[in-house]
Amino acid sequence: MALLRLAGRRLALAVPGLLGVIVVTFLLNRALPGDPAAFFAGPAATRQAIEEIRARLGLDKSVPEQFVYYVRDLARGDLGTSLTTGQPVLRDLATRLPASLELTLAGLTLAVTVALPLGVLSATRPGSWVDHLARVVTTAGVSLPIFFTGLLLVYVFYFLLGWAPAPLGRLDAFSTAPRQVTGFFVVDAVLAHDGALAWAALRQLALPAVTLGLFAMAPIARMTRASMLGVLGSEFIRTARAAGLAPRTVLVTYALRNALLPVITLLGMVFSFLLGANVLVEKVFAWPGVGSYALEALIASDYAPVQGFVLLMATLYVFLNLTIDIVYGLVDPRVRIEA
Amino acid sequence: MSALLRHGRYVLGENPVTAVAFGLFVVLILLALVGPSLAPHDPLASDTARKLEPPSARYWFGTDQVGRDILSRVLVATRLDLAISLSAVTLSFVVGSVLGASAGFFGGWTDRIVTRVTDTIMAFPLFVLAMGIVAALGNTLANIVYATAIINLPFYARMARAEVNVRREAGFVEAARLSGNGSARILAVHVFPNCLPPMMVQASLNLGWAILNAAGLSFIGLGVRPPTPEWGIMVAEGAAFIVSGEWWIALFPGLALMLAVFCFNLLGDGLRDLIDPRRRT
Repeated sequence: MALLRLAGRRLALAVPGLLGVIVVTFLLNRALPGDPAAFFAGPAATRQAIEEIRARLGLDKSVPEQFVYYVRDLARGDLGTSLTTGQPVLRDLATRLPASLELTLAGLTLAVTVALPLGVLSATRPGSWVDHLARVVTTAGVSLPIFFTGLLLVYVFYFLLGWAPAPLGRLDAFSTAPRQVTGFFVVDAVLAHDGALAWAALRQLALPAVTLGLFAMAPIARMTRASMLGVLGSEFIRTARAAGLAPRTVLVTYALRNALLPVITLLGMVFSFLLGANVLVEKVFAWPGVGSYALEALIASDYAPVQGFVLLMATLYVFLNLTIDIVYGLVDPRVRIEA
Repeated sequence: MSALLRHGRYVLGENPVTAVAFGLFVVLILLALVGPSLAPHDPLASDTARKLEPPSARYWFGTDQVGRDILSRVLVATRLDLAISLSAVTLSFVVGSVLGASAGFFGGWTDRIVTRVTDTIMAFPLFVLAMGIVAALGNTLANIVYATAIINLPFYARMARAEVNVRREAGFVEAARLSGNGSARILAVHVFPNCLPPMMVQASLNLGWAILNAAGLSFIGLGVRPPTPEWGIMVAEGAAFIVSGEWWIALFPGLALMLAVFCFNLLGDGLRDLIDPRRRT
């Protein structure tokens, strides 16, 4: 019950954030270089045609009026039409979003499964080889440009070793996509009982996911280590040890649960970086997600998809932070009581 | 001052990594200043007869797809890359401190507006916001700097606000007010200088991130135009040749980029140890 109340309150807190996002994307929309009406009309348009388009786009109205129209269009799910694909932006984004989500989630899962144990181990054995390994991973992870890591992995695992397939999207040319259930190719192929296809999709996914994972690992491992070190030095751990609890119980139930709190908070920030890094990784691996869609549009000076993309990413991020807040409440009962 | 120097020498001696990072920083600055005159070849001169040559005695870093010398291009690019990130960080440092310090000092409406603006920026995935800003303002080098500055703004504004806030009621502020100083003067001359050390640490940690962001933007084709030597765009040009095994085109600019970021990160850590040993991780 308390958790529901907490969720409700966080949801209310997310509203101003979402409003801010809408205002900013509206401003970005209006700051288009040049005259948007002339742009949409094309170079051969007459003056009259431009005026007509101006009226149709609502650009002859005052700024507050335009904002109202903008919000009304958003509420209808109308993000404009892409000039390059000729499709409504919303539909384009919806078909490409699963590819991006599959990649981001795979990268994040990989990062968490490696970084958490690494952080805990290096905190319990300061000065050991695990600790040094953790330091190397975290320092390299924040210093390596993500597109550069991706290219290095492609060179080593595709060109030199031949283990990975060519970095050309989600499936090789010989496979066809599985029937869409979740939109995640690996999961869909497993659901369709097609082992070979699942393997092919997994092979394509491996390198880009590792690239993203390496990038996200650094801050998570660093924070886990620092926070574990802090908790392990505190008095309740000393008491637990003195009371003769098993070392495992002390480490996992007492220390890790407390040490996880700042790590969960950090995950929000990591996700923000991952959503941005996704764009770069999608470009390196020709991954057909929303990021590469926005990039193609950006290069072709087709702005509606870019604005749609920015709005989609920001909305995703707002809801993600909401989820993180609720998870935080699950892990830390104090937050629930305060609510 | 001598105590600080002694402490600095102690930290450098204690942590040789910081000393190495400092050395690297000096090298980077020197390269940015004299890089173009060190370059053995013209960074823009193409020689299609000698394209895609691997590293050799004549071309240490090899040549790219139109036969330009990669070593010269990497050297010349140092200035542009450092200039972009330094100006972006300076811009967000100045604007962020003014906004954050006024918010922390005056409170009320100023505080509410500044907090709302920074929260709104932070509600976006930052690199995505930078893309959106460049798309909206136009694809130019100056806009890359503005976009990078805007996405870094919240970090400085929040920090300045917090640092000023804890000093607002301090005794020396009361004393300054009693001696007849105005609010703006107290903030600028008495309070803000005390907030500088943690802000400087933030700036140097931020510099590496700013370089990565700017290089990321040029990697995806924003800002810097192709013939111009710049690390991010050079990696992008080399990306097409990685699958056919021409590794040197992307590797060397990528390494330069990595080294610069690495240097700023280590330097930031060292600087933090110097100023605030408790925050060591």
